[in-house]
Amino acid sequence: MRLALKTVYTIWLREAKTFVREKFRVVAMIAQPLLYLAVLGNGISSGVTLNASGGINYLTFMYPGVIGMSILFTSIFSAVSIIWDREFGFLKEVLVAPVPRWAVALGKTLGGATIAIVQATILILIAPIIGIHLSPGIIVEMWIMAFLIGVALTSLGIAIAARMSSMQGFQMIMNFLIMPLYFLSGAMFPLASAPTWIKALMTINPLTYFVDGLRNILFSGTTMATGGLVGRTIVDVATRAGLIRWSLIFDLTVVAGVAVLLTAAGAYRFSNQAE
Amino acid sequence: MNIIHVENLIKKFGTITAVDNIQLNVESGQMFGFLGPNGAGKSTTIKILATLLRPTAGKAVVAGFDVLTNPNEVRRSIGLVFQDQSLDDRLTAQENLWFHAMLYDLPSSVFVERADDVLRLVDLLDRRHSLVRTFSGGMKRRLEIARGLLHHPKVLFLDEPTLGLDPQTRNAIWKHVKELREEKGTTIFMTTHYMEEAEHCDRIAVIDHGKIQAVDSPAMLKRMIGGDKIIVSGDEALADDIKKAYNVDVQKIGNDVHFQMAAGAEFVPRLVSDLAGRIKSIQVKEPSLEDVFLRLTGHSIRVQEGSSLDQLRQAAQLWRRR
Repeated sequence: MRLALKTVYTIWLREAKTFVREKFRVVAMIAQPLLYLAVLGNGISSGVTLNASGGINYLTFMYPGVIGMSILFTSIFSAVSIIWDREFGFLKEVLVAPVPRWAVALGKTLGGATIAIVQATILILIAPIIGIHLSPGIIVEMWIMAFLIGVALTSLGIAIAARMSSMQGFQMIMNFLIMPLYFLSGAMFPLASAPTWIKALMTINPLTYFVDGLRNILFSGTTMATGGLVGRTIVDVATRAGLIRWSLIFDLTVVAGVAVLLTAAGAYRFSNQAE
Repeated sequence: MNIIHVENLIKKFGTITAVDNIQLNVESGQMFGFLGPNGAGKSTTIKILATLLRPTAGKAVVAGFDVLTNPNEVRRSIGLVFQDQSLDDRLTAQENLWFHAMLYDLPSSVFVERADDVLRLVDLLDRRHSLVRTFSGGMKRRLEIARGLLHHPKVLFLDEPTLGLDPQTRNAIWKHVKELREEKGTTIFMTTHYMEEAEHCDRIAVIDHGKIQAVDSPAMLKRMIGGDKIIVSGDEALADDIKKAYNVDVQKIGNDVHFQMAAGAEFVPRLVSDLAGRIKSIQVKEPSLEDVFLRLTGHSIRVQEGSSLDQLRQAAQLWRRR
């Protein structure tokens, strides 16, 4: 058991170290959400208003979705580095070592989750720039959600990458995993007003619950000062407007449950790979 | 004592038999070579011995542990240097070693001491804090060898350790490997398709199409050929006269006459006195392992070299399809 924990720590540290050294990745983590919020968010919100939004602008609606998207990208990218490691041989060094393989998978998962927290923190720092104000309590809750979804998504990536051996697989993952997960997460449009079949797909996407949970968290601390709704929290307004679907507790439970299940699946698939 | 013991080992990939019922014993402290062309089954055998691949049938015991029932103990007892590099080039040399030490559960005090030790052995002490990305191919290979030694394995597997390296680096690596064996008594099990390298080994197994054709010391294998090669040049009738006089098979290649003769160097004075005045030049060549390989398998080991990259690709595809 001590050796397993040591392995988890070692793999986690490698993830963290190599992450810090890849300047390009760090830059992308800052630039990509900025691009989405500053350009896409502002562009859309100046031309479109949400149905029955009760005064919540599109940028505020989109902000949790962009966090979800950023974590989705970084987590899957962390996991998919397994393919990279296999292609460049490093994976063999790990696989011949006298350590339990599930511990290797777990270390990788925690590495991905750590990077997810860093990603969330970057977006928290961006928030004031686009006019969103966060209290310390909200930030802590966001971190918890980011950690859980980071665990879930990295494990999902590990489960898929564990049986892939070429970088061609990477393109497949981009097109058939990342993009659908993103589009169907409620990040860009609310679930309530979506067509039924899209709604069905959104309900089985774990990222939907993360985005919904994040909206719960973000809107809970603030009260609307405009439109004669003083005294009511934005959560009420947003729920009424269909921008929030479930309660925070429900979202949190789903995300945590999915994280546990996918971690087990990722560790299992990684332990039983061919090489 | 046999540190590696292999019995009736078979590995099939679909319909292809990569390893065909091989038997093998390697004594502790030996340098043992696996000689054969690409695709002969060398790397597959190493992968089985290193617990990376499960055999289809048969038994393999490494350092006293069965690879099937006790893979973790086997892993703890062996070091591995792969054919293609397996370093993380975003980490420094020292960090790569540290990573290895953690996975092999070395206490940090032991690690500090041994890292110095192995880095000195491969002449990389002054580059320990450089990123591996900045290393040349030879330096990377040396670092891999150092890493393979860090946990003091009983057996060090080297899979084509000098593939694609320049002659100078190759020699340096051999020097290190030999020093290492003398210093630590590590058993070395290596594969190669370079004849010159196989000469370094105490014993060689010649393998072709998944089957072991012969196992012996390089000297004994060469003795199999039946003597040294003698090349004589002189007048036209020389070939026939030599054939009649000594009852040997002769081959005329250009103006030269080639034939085999035991103890060739001692035979030269006799040849000169028997054929006084008719000989222009004489060369005596010891048989090479190349000759041995040709004799054992009926084809040259070099034949397939040109397309080795294609074969690697094919092997990789086979591997993926599994």
